[in-house]
Amino acid sequence: MAPSLSDIMTPDAAELARAAGGKGRAPLEMGTPAHDLFVGLARLGDNTLILGHRVSEWCGHAPVLEEDIALANMALDLIGQTQLWLGLAGEAEGRGRTADDLAFLRDAWHFYNILLVERPNRDFGHTLMRQFLFDAWHQPMLKALEGSSDVRIAEIAQKAGKEVAYHIERSADLVIRLGDGTEESHARMQDALDRLWPYAGEMFVGDAVDLRLAEAGVMPAPEDLRAAWDETVHAVLSEATLTRPEGDFAHKGGRQGRHTEDMGHILSSMQWLQRAYPGATW
Amino acid sequence: MSADTLPDTEEVWRWLSEVPDPEIPVITITELGIIRGVEYDADTLVVTVTPTYSGCPATSMINLQIEEKLRDNGVEKICLKRQLSPAWTTDWIADAAREKLRAYGIAPPIDGTAAAGDMVAGRIARMTGEGLTVNCPRCGSANTFRVSQFGSTPCKAAYQCRDCLEPFDYFKCI
Repeated sequence: MAPSLSDIMTPDAAELARAAGGKGRAPLEMGTPAHDLFVGLARLGDNTLILGHRVSEWCGHAPVLEEDIALANMALDLIGQTQLWLGLAGEAEGRGRTADDLAFLRDAWHFYNILLVERPNRDFGHTLMRQFLFDAWHQPMLKALEGSSDVRIAEIAQKAGKEVAYHIERSADLVIRLGDGTEESHARMQDALDRLWPYAGEMFVGDAVDLRLAEAGVMPAPEDLRAAWDETVHAVLSEATLTRPEGDFAHKGGRQGRHTEDMGHILSSMQWLQRAYPGATW
Repeated sequence: MSADTLPDTEEVWRWLSEVPDPEIPVITITELGIIRGVEYDADTLVVTVTPTYSGCPATSMINLQIEEKLRDNGVEKICLKRQLSPAWTTDWIADAAREKLRAYGIAPPIDGTAAAGDMVAGRIARMTGEGLTVNCPRCGSANTFRVSQFGSTPCKAAYQCRDCLEPFDYFKCI
């Protein structure tokens, strides 16, 4: 039988979370290179983790079998990349936390993903539009990371970049086909674009951590990826006969650990097993 | 096992060439090109493996099979090393394995057609799309079309033959 809510809140779970929160070692001091690197890597890994989880929610629900399989495979790529990013984040932090500890035992305010990836799936077109807006950033981001001064980051970026090249081809292709499709599909894609647009800008707003990482040549400054993203988005939206929304207002905060209500719902489903059965292994 | 009785690395390569890929059992892990090195560090046998895709669920299965194979042959001290760079590419799939893939019903990769994801003349390069001719592994016809960019695993795309109607996987380039 599934445990009740009070079981989920057992002292075991609290103790486990505390232990995994650094194995008793003091947290890194903010503003140090080690902390900056941890945050930078967690931002990358949390983006792929949360988007991967969102996409995996389609498993068994997509409009046709081939799309169901494609979505599951993209989710798999993203979760695989998460293991690499969060694994390295745990290493950089040096407190013994594994990729699994970071994925399953942090609470919402310690996740640093952009708000875009936690937006609900809604319909198939909405999911693909979210994917496209993300891929159009993800691809140049990984290209830039291939030149990172940290060779471990460059290696992961090179690996992930090959996979993401297929993601952007697929999502761009489907945005075009659905946008320049039937009246119904066009309307849905325009609606998706209008709803998601205010969540795209966060990708290009840097903070002090980004600045220091960029100065050290570890990661590109978020602002520097805007031109490539604009070019891709403009070209694909034009071909898709979709109208780019006016205004550049951007909801922000995810990269600093301030999330929308949706994040809590994602975590309650994603982390449920580890919270209910602390320390359970596959 | 003392130092003078350790199996030489050539022998180890031979053993590894008997380990089948868990997803596509007609080819072996050495034919797939994921074994990047076999060497000794003192008396510990170090086998370097590179993953095909970051999220490939077969990776841990492959590691388990390697360890099992070596243990069955009496190797006690084993270290499996993961190497990400240079990233695995389908170019490393052996020629003989490509024919085995075809006979098994999977169209082998067409070298040099990996997705670049770049903008070409104002649009995303779709080298893997309409421009690519993948022959049906069943009847050989070039009259095929892509059903989806992703097939039964991340490394494959789903295709169908218009002549014999066979749905098949294409091992896409990476």
